[in-house]
Amino acid sequence: MASVARLVDSRVLIPLRLLGLTALAFVAVGAFLLLFGRNPIEAYGVIFKGAFGSGYGLSEVVVRAIPLMLCAVATAIPARMGLLNVGGEGQLHGGAMAATWGALTLGALPRGALLPGLVILGLLGGAAAAFVPAFLRWAAGVNETISTLLLNYVIVLLVEYMVRGPWKDPMSYNWPFTPEFPESARLSFYWGTRIHAGLWFALVAITLFYLALRRTRWGYEIRVIGDNPDAAARAGIPLGRYVLLTMCVGGALAGLAGMAEVCAIQSRLRPGISTGFGYTGFLVSWLALHHPLGIVVMALLLGVLSVGGDMVQISLGLPYATVNIIMALIFFVVLGGRFRKSRSG
Amino acid sequence: MAVEAPSDGDHVYLRLEGITKSFPGVVANCGINLDVGRGEIHAVLGENGAGKSTLMKVLYGFWQPDAGTISVDGKRLDLRSPSDAIRAGIGMVFQSFMLIPAFSVAENIALTLPGSGVLLSVSAIRARLREFGSRYGLSVEADAKVWQLSVGEQQRVEIVKLLVSGARVLILDEPTSVLAPHEVTKLFEILQTLRRDGYTILFVTHKLNEVMAIADRITVLRKGGVVGTLPRAGATLPDLVDMLLGERELRAGSFERRDHEPGGRAVLELHDLSVRSDRGRTGLARVSLRVCAGEIVGVAGVTGNGQTELGEAILGLRRPAGGRVVLDGVDVTRRSTAAILAQGVACIPEDPLRMGVAPGLTIAENMVLDERARYMPFGGLLTDWRAIRREIELRVENFGIAIPRLSVPVGTLSGGNVQRLLLLRALARKPRLLVAFYPTRGLDIAATRMAQELLMVSRNGGAATLLISEDLDELFALSDRLVVLSRGAVAGSFRPGEVETVDVGLLMTGAAKRHEWQASPASSIPGS
Repeated sequence: MASVARLVDSRVLIPLRLLGLTALAFVAVGAFLLLFGRNPIEAYGVIFKGAFGSGYGLSEVVVRAIPLMLCAVATAIPARMGLLNVGGEGQLHGGAMAATWGALTLGALPRGALLPGLVILGLLGGAAAAFVPAFLRWAAGVNETISTLLLNYVIVLLVEYMVRGPWKDPMSYNWPFTPEFPESARLSFYWGTRIHAGLWFALVAITLFYLALRRTRWGYEIRVIGDNPDAAARAGIPLGRYVLLTMCVGGALAGLAGMAEVCAIQSRLRPGISTGFGYTGFLVSWLALHHPLGIVVMALLLGVLSVGGDMVQISLGLPYATVNIIMALIFFVVLGGRFRKSRSG
Repeated sequence: MAVEAPSDGDHVYLRLEGITKSFPGVVANCGINLDVGRGEIHAVLGENGAGKSTLMKVLYGFWQPDAGTISVDGKRLDLRSPSDAIRAGIGMVFQSFMLIPAFSVAENIALTLPGSGVLLSVSAIRARLREFGSRYGLSVEADAKVWQLSVGEQQRVEIVKLLVSGARVLILDEPTSVLAPHEVTKLFEILQTLRRDGYTILFVTHKLNEVMAIADRITVLRKGGVVGTLPRAGATLPDLVDMLLGERELRAGSFERRDHEPGGRAVLELHDLSVRSDRGRTGLARVSLRVCAGEIVGVAGVTGNGQTELGEAILGLRRPAGGRVVLDGVDVTRRSTAAILAQGVACIPEDPLRMGVAPGLTIAENMVLDERARYMPFGGLLTDWRAIRREIELRVENFGIAIPRLSVPVGTLSGGNVQRLLLLRALARKPRLLVAFYPTRGLDIAATRMAQELLMVSRNGGAATLLISEDLDELFALSDRLVVLSRGAVAGSFRPGEVETVDVGLLMTGAAKRHEWQASPASSIPGS
C-alpha cells in the first residue's frame, strides 16, 4: 500500500529513479564490453555520434520511434487494466496487411479518399488481430499473454504467405514482396528525411491516450479495474467489455504503426517490415510505467540505441546484438528495481 | 497511570522503547514504551487511528521507526524488513490476510518457511500442520486452496504459518473483527494454549470485552501515545473507557424499533434462491426472504454460511442456480450488476479494502465509484473534481473522519477509515436497498455509534436494509426483523423482541433444530 502512495505522490522521484536505473544498465553493458576487450566509452561514443552526430541520424531516431510509440501505447492501454498485450508485433503486421489490401485493390481512388481509408484499414487490421485473444480471454478466460504472443507468429507467417503467394509482385523476379503501392497510397515525408506522417498518428494517439485516461469515464473505469478488479465488478463496471475495448484499441494503434511502415517506409508489403517494433514497443511501455510522456521519452531513447546499433556494427565490428543486450539489461534493471521497491514498501 | 513491570516476577521478554514514527502530516507513534513478558497475552487497546497498527508494523519490521529501539530477550534488534522480524521470532497476522488464494494451505505455509530450498517438502509441512493442528486446535485442511476457505479458517492458516516459521512473539491485529462469536471463543482457547507453551502474544483490538476476557496486561494507546499499562486484574471497564476516549463521554441510548408490521412495499424479495459457492458446494439453499421499504432485516449467521453468496446473488455478481431475485417488483435475477445498482441498490461489502475500493486511486476518485454517471457526465469530459472534492469534504467532516487530503490514495488509510468512507459512499446515494455487510466492523465505539445512527436515519428515510452481521447485539439493536442463516439456508425468522440472543446464537451455530422454512411454501417468505 505504501509503495502505491509513493508511486503516486512522487512525480519527480520516479522519472529520476528510472533514469538512474537506465544509467546503471549502461554501466553494466560497459563492463560487459570491457570483458570482451572493447572500449565501452568508444562504443557509447559511436552510438551517441550515430544518433546525434548528423541530421540524418537524428531523423532516423524519430523514424524508429514512430512505430515504437504506437506499439507502446498498444501495450499501455490494456496494461492499465492489468492485461498483458505482447501481441504488438502481430497486430502491427495485421494492420500492415489490411492497409496493403486497400492499397492494392483501391489504388484507383484519389489520394484524399484512399489515405484515410488506408488509415482505417490499418486500425481495423490491428484491432482484428487483437480481437482474437481478447475474445478468448473474455469468453473462456484464456490467458492473453500467451495467446497474443503465439498469435504473433501466426500473423507474421500469414504475411509471408501473402507476399509469396496471392500478393506477390509478378515483376519481382521471385522476390517475396508485393507490387509497389501507387503514389496515392503513400504517406508524406517531411523535411527531406524519412520522417513521415506516422509521427502525427503516434503523437495524436499518445495525447488521446493521456486525455482518455485522465479526463474520461472510460479512463477512470480502466484505472479502477487495473487497481482492483473485484471492486470494479462490484461497482458494476463491465470488465468483459473493457477487455475487448482496451485490447482492440491497443491492437488498432499497433496496426496503424504497420500501416505507416508499409505506406511510408517500405511502400510495399514484404517480410521484415518490422525489426521487432512490437516487442520493443512492449519494452518501451513497461520502461515508461505505461505513462504517456514516459512512452515518448523511452521510445526516443530506444530509437537512439537502435540507430546507434547500426553504427556500432559498421564502425566497431560489434554485432547488432550489443544493442539488444543493452535493451534487455535496461529492462531487467528497471523492472528489478521496481519490484524490489514495491516489496519492501 | 504508570507503566508497570510485567507481573509474576517474569522478566521482560519484548521491550519497545521510545518508538516514534511519523508520516507526512501525522505523527502516528510518539515515544511509545511497551514491555511484554514471556508467555503473556498483552492487549494493545486503542481507537481507530490511535497508532496501534503503526506500532505493530514497526515491531514487525514493516516500517522503520524514526526513533526508538526494540529488543527481545535483552538483545537489541535492528529490524529492516519483515523477514528480519521473522528471523528474530516475531510474526504478525494482519487484518487483511497475506495469503495467496490460488495456492493450497500447505503451499502458502511453505512460502514463508525460512531457509526453504528449491524443493518444497509438502509432506513435511503436512505433518507439521497436523502436529500444530492437534496441539493447539488449529485444524486446517492442508490441500484446500486458500480461496476456498472461510475467513476464520484463513486466520488459522495465518497463525499456523507463524508457528511453523518459528515465531515466538505473535502479533494479532484485530483478530476477532472477522470472526463469529463461537470462532472468537475458539481463538481464545487457542491463544491460551499458546500462552501456556510460552508464546508471547500481542493482541491488538478496540473491543473492551475481549480485552477483559483474554489479556494478562493491557496497554492503552491514544493519539499515538501510551495512556497507561495495567494488569487485567486491576482494570475495570469504566477505567478502560476513560483511558480510551479521554474526556469524551459515550452517549448511551437505544434505537426506536418498528414493532408494527412495516407499512412499506417490498423492495427486495428472494424466492427460493439457490446459489452454488466457489467450492462447488451449495452456497444458498432455497432461501426466501423479503425486505420492505423502511425496514431493516438482520441476517444473523456465522461467516461462511452463505452470506457472501447471498450478497453476490443480489448484486448480480453470481448467477443463481435456482430461484428469483425481485427488486421493486421487477425480476432482476439475470440482470447485470450495473443494471441492479442503477435500480438504487448500494452495498457495503464484507471485505472493504478488497471489494470496495481501488487502493491506488485517491479518496476522491473512490468516493465517486458508485455514481460514475452522475459525477462524470458526458463520458467524464465534464467532471468537476473541485466540486466533487468540496462535496465529499463536507460529508467527511460531518462524519468526523480524520483524513489528510482527498488526493491521498485510499490504500494509505486505516481499515476503520476505509469502512467509514464506504458507509458514507453507500448512504450518500440514498439507496432504495442497502446491503450492508458488517457495517461497523473495524470501527471504534464512537464511530460504531455514528454508523448505526446513519443506518437508522437511512431506514427512517424509507430505505430497505439487509444487515448482514455476526454481532448479535448490533443485530438486535438495529433490526426490525431477524433471519438466521445457517449452512446456506434460513434457519429461523423472528422479531428481535420475541427471542433471546442465546437462542439465535444456537441457531447460528446449528446447535438448535432448524425450522424447515422450505418445507411449507406458504411460509416461505418470512414476514409476509
